[in-house]
Amino acid sequence: MSVITIERKVLEKNDEIARQNRALLAEHRILAFNLVSSPGAGKTSIVERTLEHLGKSLKVGVIEGDVQTDFDAQRVARYRVPVIQIVTNGGCHLEAQLVQDALLQMSLPGLDVLIIENVGNLVCPANYDLGEAFKVVVLSTTEGDDKPLKYPSMFRNASVLLVNKIDLIPYVNCNLSALKSNALQINPHLQVFETSCTTNAGISDWCGWLRKKGAHRS
Amino acid sequence: MHELSIAQGILDIIGQYVPEGRAEEVRAVRVRVGQMSGVVADSLEFCFSAIVNGTALNQARLDIEEIPLRSQCSSCGKEFAVDTMCFSCPFCGSLDVAVTSGTELQVVDIELADNPAGAS
Repeated sequence: MSVITIERKVLEKNDEIARQNRALLAEHRILAFNLVSSPGAGKTSIVERTLEHLGKSLKVGVIEGDVQTDFDAQRVARYRVPVIQIVTNGGCHLEAQLVQDALLQMSLPGLDVLIIENVGNLVCPANYDLGEAFKVVVLSTTEGDDKPLKYPSMFRNASVLLVNKIDLIPYVNCNLSALKSNALQINPHLQVFETSCTTNAGISDWCGWLRKKGAHRS
Repeated sequence: MHELSIAQGILDIIGQYVPEGRAEEVRAVRVRVGQMSGVVADSLEFCFSAIVNGTALNQARLDIEEIPLRSQCSSCGKEFAVDTMCFSCPFCGSLDVAVTSGTELQVVDIELADNPAGAS
């Protein structure tokens, strides 16, 4: 038997393209974040409320990732912001190359913030760097308070947790303080906001934090 | 469930190292998979065997070394295993801990049979 040493990261190609994306975004002074959650947690609604809140003061672009359809891009286009839809055709997560292709189609000069809405999935997107500044994970109250413990990678790798559908707390079996303590056990540095896209609760706090982050980027 | 694309990524990497014409001699592909790499070892093994089946690499088996999740406390400096996904220091209680291992996803090496391709 003979052995050939390799010692290389499996995702090194993705990581290299992510570095290129990060450099391109830095060159244009764009604050980009990767929005992740399970399907139906409310990512696109968060995008809509964020655009309503920040749209007048900041120029925001959106990249939408879905397995199929351009429904989300259509929803976002109503806000008259630059939007590119990526259809992964079965792929369970966005990869840096797909985001790079989208960045090349988008007019970047003048953009302040870029929202990359990932495919709905709490597992795979955790491990693919897209070139974002940070990850924002959305967890809705209808999903249950134990999810951070079940999907630790995603919560460990995120910087912000948006606990969404907070208005449904009276109707669902979700212990809000348990949810938060589970998430903070995985990642004590998580910035947590409680939001509702129906009542707009917490949206101005989240957008205020985002605006501050954007101001610090340059 | 992205083990199929990870398996493909492993194939792409080893393709750059297998000497020309010796793919049939590859017997083992050694990989390191961290506990928090997001990859399930059994699924990866299954996907790998599925994609090499019927190719010149079909005698290659995937050897997975699973790497446990470990952290180091930034306050007291002690190292510890993270068993229950609780990222607080068991020695001093600090929440300021850094993961030191368990996120790996690497191709380590490949093993080739010394006999010529096709011979047994």
